[in-house]
Amino acid sequence: MGLEYVRISPGFEKYMPKDYVDLVQYGQFGKEVDVQQLGQFKELVEEHPMCAGCFMAYFIRVFYAALPKPEDTIVIGTAGCARLALSQAAVPFIYGNYGDTNAVASGLKRALNIRFPNKEKDVVVMAGDGGLIDIGFGMTMHSWFRRENFTTIMVDNEVYGNTGGQESGMSPKGVQLKMAPKGKQFEKINAVELAKTAGCVYVAKISPTNPKRIAKTVRRAVLAAREFGPTFIHAYTSCNIEYSIPTEKVLEDARKREKQDFGFYEWMTDEVKEFFEQLERAPQEVKA
Amino acid sequence: MPEQRVIDADELILKTERQRKFITGAQAMAEAVKRANVDIAIAYPITPQSEVMHLVGDIWAQGYLRDYYRAEEEYGAMSAIAGAVRGGARAFSATSGPGLLRGLEAIASWPGHRIPVVLGVLTRVVNAPLSIQPDNVEISYLLNCGMVVLHAENQQDVFDFTLAGFVISEKVDVYIPVAVCTEGFFVTHAKGYVNMTPEDLKLPPRDPYKAPVPPTDCEIPPARIQRDAPVQKSNFMSYLIHAVWQQEIWSSNRRAMKYINHYLGGPIEVVNEDAEVFIVASGCAAAQGREAVRYANMEGLNVGLVKVKSIRPFPEKQIRQVLSNAKAIIVPEHNIVGWLAKEVKACIPNSDAVIGGPRVYGGMTLPVELIMEKVYDAFGIKKSKKVVV
Ligand SMILES: Cc1ncc(C[n+]2csc(CCOP(=O)(O)OP(=O)(O)O)c2C)c(N)n1
Ligand code: SF4
Ligand SMILES: [Mg+2]
Repeated sequence: MGLEYVRISPGFEKYMPKDYVDLVQYGQFGKEVDVQQLGQFKELVEEHPMCAGCFMAYFIRVFYAALPKPEDTIVIGTAGCARLALSQAAVPFIYGNYGDTNAVASGLKRALNIRFPNKEKDVVVMAGDGGLIDIGFGMTMHSWFRRENFTTIMVDNEVYGNTGGQESGMSPKGVQLKMAPKGKQFEKINAVELAKTAGCVYVAKISPTNPKRIAKTVRRAVLAAREFGPTFIHAYTSCNIEYSIPTEKVLEDARKREKQDFGFYEWMTDEVKEFFEQLERAPQEVKA
Repeated sequence: MPEQRVIDADELILKTERQRKFITGAQAMAEAVKRANVDIAIAYPITPQSEVMHLVGDIWAQGYLRDYYRAEEEYGAMSAIAGAVRGGARAFSATSGPGLLRGLEAIASWPGHRIPVVLGVLTRVVNAPLSIQPDNVEISYLLNCGMVVLHAENQQDVFDFTLAGFVISEKVDVYIPVAVCTEGFFVTHAKGYVNMTPEDLKLPPRDPYKAPVPPTDCEIPPARIQRDAPVQKSNFMSYLIHAVWQQEIWSSNRRAMKYINHYLGGPIEVVNEDAEVFIVASGCAAAQGREAVRYANMEGLNVGLVKVKSIRPFPEKQIRQVLSNAKAIIVPEHNIVGWLAKEVKACIPNSDAVIGGPRVYGGMTLPVELIMEKVYDAFGIKKSKKVVV
């Protein structure tokens, strides 16, 4: 149905909530928006209760603006900070149990394939480092091994933000956090290499310093998942509360980490590479 | 695979001519799934469940289902079931004992997520020392999560409960999962006669728009439907939303009763209504209770049976009524905790009349003689040799 379901029946415009009318009229349904114009169109997510200045919240805002087909997208989240904003967006959102995202997404995507074999319906998981790589590790990995057609985005703040700052498998070695009072004893898990080994067809690592690049990465991950198999984005989205990064230093921190260990990295199979070469060469023909 | 024709649920379940087959409980469950127009089944092996999901895999390979896979483990399987059902598909899974407990966080949240689905629970020992034998203590873990819990006595029940389970769970005023429980091995691996609906007829497909909550498929306006309670808004909102939502789950659970009456002939079956002493039992224990009633009647003792088919909703009123004049109530069970005895005690005024037991556990068989000892006790009969028949 897609666009049809974000159309207001004639005569009902004045009875619909203003927010909804604005979304339909000035939002991104059926259009492609430029993320650099953020603030100049009606965004899919606006109000949310995440901490002021949280970089994860910023990443989520850009993520929504970058969706190739928001009217046919379902986002799956889990316990963790991200779901506070994801649940407020004008895109259907599923919030199950902590760490279950990639299993829920597997079932959902298969159901949509059964019911709508000729329609593109995008499923995107957006979850924290703890959700995807600690508690949900097995389900994350196995959704990749099974080559399920959806995108997984890890918003990695290197900590359990939502439960008050405990160590996660993605915290850097040595960092002192709650439940790691002597500092973390083992290395940050290499999620990107795991994703490649497990069968993802498109893998990217990004520090969100450049909105255009975030948008391109998200778009590529969603389109490749539609056509070829699982895709993964590992995004550094700092937690200014638990790592005591003053709001005005958040971007500076992201740039620092970009130079240090979060330099932009993109890997894809030859098949996916060829697909993007064609798609991005002639965008007017093969529109998303 | 024969070409299957869709037929109205009431026609299929209540009116079509049935064919008698001598099959195992596992086969009976798979045969019901075959006739239920299931879209997707998700499996993870555990004895004694595996047999069921092997057979369901086979019927998928034959074309009866649209999708099937072996999941990573039960938590993943049950979470994926939730995803598939939210996406509008009709889904099926089954598990046993430790598998049920591993999947329990996901399973226990299905009612709240309004997931209409059928889950086969083929019981076995949980807790240590681990064993694969058919103890049914795991059913007690399902009693407080809001789902409908049916307990099958034999292969016929397994077929009937499973097929009707899909219909009941998808009723708009129910819309919660249905667990079809039965004892592993005793039922799953043993054969019994099952009267089955014709193989070439199946239920209508699931209509996910006939629902109290919409599927998550980007097909119905408006664009954003807050299907998940926005519990993070404030503490007050959080209390309130959870409270009203859970009230509705339990109301849905009670509303399932009218469909249990309609499709399964009611939540209880009573043998010898005018008995002085009753045996109240569910699942396999009901079969043994039935035998005990026969033994007792041969000895001229006025003993009756209440077989409880539906554990949730629990038929409190019906049980209270049947037991109103009972001198003694014997509750034989296949577990150590006596969860059925507790349920029965809680719903009658004369709970002192309940003799909890006999109980066998660890998966032991339940000899009729054990029940008869309680019968003699109830009648104050002293026997030097208690086994008569
Ligand atoms: C089964 C279960 N265990 C634990 C929790 C508690 N819990 C909620 S959020 C969370 C940590 C979130 O960390 P992460 O996934 O990294 O997300 P973040 O909040 O950092 O974005 C935990 C442990 C839970 N909700 N469910
Ligand atoms: S706790 Fe950290 S990650 Fe969570 S919202 Fe606040 S700043 Fe963001
Ligand atoms: Mg985190």
